[in-house]
Amino acid sequence: MTAGLDPLRLTAREARRLLTDGEIAASELTKIYLDQIARVEDRVHAFILVTADNAAKYATEIDREMGATRGALAGLPTAIKDNMVTEGVTTTCGSKILGNYQPVYTATAVRRIWGDHIVMLGKANMDEFAMGSSTENSAFGPTRNPWDLATVPGGSSGGSAAAVAAGEALWALGSDTGGSIRQPAALCGVVGMKPTYGAVSRYGLVAFASSLDQIGPLTRTVYDCALLLRRIAGHDPCDSTSVALPSEIELPTAERLDGLRCGIPTEYVAAGIEPGVLSRFEQTVALIEELGATCVEISLPHTEYALPAYYIIAPAEASANLARFDGVRYGYRSVHADDLTEMYEATRGEGFGPEVKRRIMIGTYALSSGYYQAYYGQAQKVRTLVRRDFDTAFAQVDLIVSPTSPTVAFCLGSRTADPLAMYQSDICTIPVNLAGLPAISIPCGLSDHLPVGFQLVGPAFSENRLLAAAHALEGAIGFTAVPTFCDSRGASHGAAGQAEPGAPTEPAGPDRRAADEDQRR
Amino acid sequence: MISQDDVRHVARLARLRLEAADAERMTAELARILEHIDKIAELDLAAVAPTAHVLAAVDVLRPDKPRPSLSRDEALRNAPAVSDDCFRVPRMQS
Repeated sequence: MTAGLDPLRLTAREARRLLTDGEIAASELTKIYLDQIARVEDRVHAFILVTADNAAKYATEIDREMGATRGALAGLPTAIKDNMVTEGVTTTCGSKILGNYQPVYTATAVRRIWGDHIVMLGKANMDEFAMGSSTENSAFGPTRNPWDLATVPGGSSGGSAAAVAAGEALWALGSDTGGSIRQPAALCGVVGMKPTYGAVSRYGLVAFASSLDQIGPLTRTVYDCALLLRRIAGHDPCDSTSVALPSEIELPTAERLDGLRCGIPTEYVAAGIEPGVLSRFEQTVALIEELGATCVEISLPHTEYALPAYYIIAPAEASANLARFDGVRYGYRSVHADDLTEMYEATRGEGFGPEVKRRIMIGTYALSSGYYQAYYGQAQKVRTLVRRDFDTAFAQVDLIVSPTSPTVAFCLGSRTADPLAMYQSDICTIPVNLAGLPAISIPCGLSDHLPVGFQLVGPAFSENRLLAAAHALEGAIGFTAVPTFCDSRGASHGAAGQAEPGAPTEPAGPDRRAADEDQRR
Repeated sequence: MISQDDVRHVARLARLRLEAADAERMTAELARILEHIDKIAELDLAAVAPTAHVLAAVDVLRPDKPRPSLSRDEALRNAPAVSDDCFRVPRMQS
């Protein structure tokens, strides 16, 4: 039986059925993914840490000792983004400053699915502190996109997205502050959802921008997305911003979209969407109409101010949140210091990578005396205008649809020199975080050889409507392509260019990229 | 326009050591990012209320009941330096 299972295509829904019906053992299922990791991980580098031994041992335990007591997700092999703390398992957040951090507790979202007896395969790679859109900002080397190893997987949950796309995990958890689940899902041809702010507890999620961060699923199908989301959602006494959903997440069955009104924001479509993405988007809009929905143009007039507001609010909150990394209670401590202040400065100067430093600097500047009102205060007012735009739109339509990312996956190194160009990757996703809304990205086809993502956005707590619509649309799109692990530059990227999973010590940086360049020549 | 002195001042506020070359590059990068951010100054925001948080919830309180927290050993487990069951730090002033 197991010989016929393709990790590039297997869904959690089908895997769960096979396990429940006794057609496959949890240990056999886990082995399929560990074998795939052994086959492709040196090229993809989706993980910072692979916990292969623990995964195999735990899956065997599920087979031997759990009968009727098996949890709802028992035996399903899962990747966890490395910014969710996991007791006893190193959690780095993609940063040198947490390189050896051994959490003494577990994030609520992870604890819940551990309680369901999922099998954790490892900790997925990410941009340092989730700051980035390409996973090139990881201190442990970049992840590569399994659809084309010359390109990035997106970010910051690039490891989670690449792991699912590459068949290195059945599904994954990620986090989304400005598009960090949806954009990598789009670039890797998988489903990714950011729930309504507050729907999933942030307890144990290493904080980036607390008023924007949300944990969510990256999966192969919309059904799987609902299956995972329903287990992690809900109020948690440890996160006072978490709330109970008005109704439980339903497993979607919809095949039609009759009567649904969809809005297409003219501002998103005008925002430099590349032709291949636009054409797939327009084809998908036509499919929506064939399914019985109507699509109308709408306006979100403050879209152009959302990105600048985000790049004040997110760094401001980050600069406060990251103050805790000071070399006293946990993490890296510099030895190049004679007194306490020097120790703080040296630890942070050596421990943080360039993008994190940039954001701490912007945030500190925006919150500093004399600038607070001009920047942070004003950005919070822009946030109100962005929310009002959505409120007005949702008085006219049920859902808003757009491309998830203006482009397909871009080449490694092509945007690292220009922070602003990198920030533009998130133009269609950032306003959604500012407004705290739920949104999902589903694959809607290929442009050239790379996946294109289609984003659906709903009003707060409309997860069920969103999942139903995405499920119907997914059925009509019929996306069946799988990644090829090709490399459009024709160069090989073997172990020599990658950090060893499980031994996260080598910092990424200009030297690493230079070495890759040399290898290509 | 942000100057290199501003950047050094902000780096001090953020307790971030910047090498001379970093400070120079950071000044140029921050200038560009701030130029982009300054776009919001175009808007008349005098009558707009700020959004600190998207949820309507206010004053979320939990029952004031003691519950177990981390043990001393657990709290100290990741510390770079410990002495006498406390976090050990370099002297305050050199």
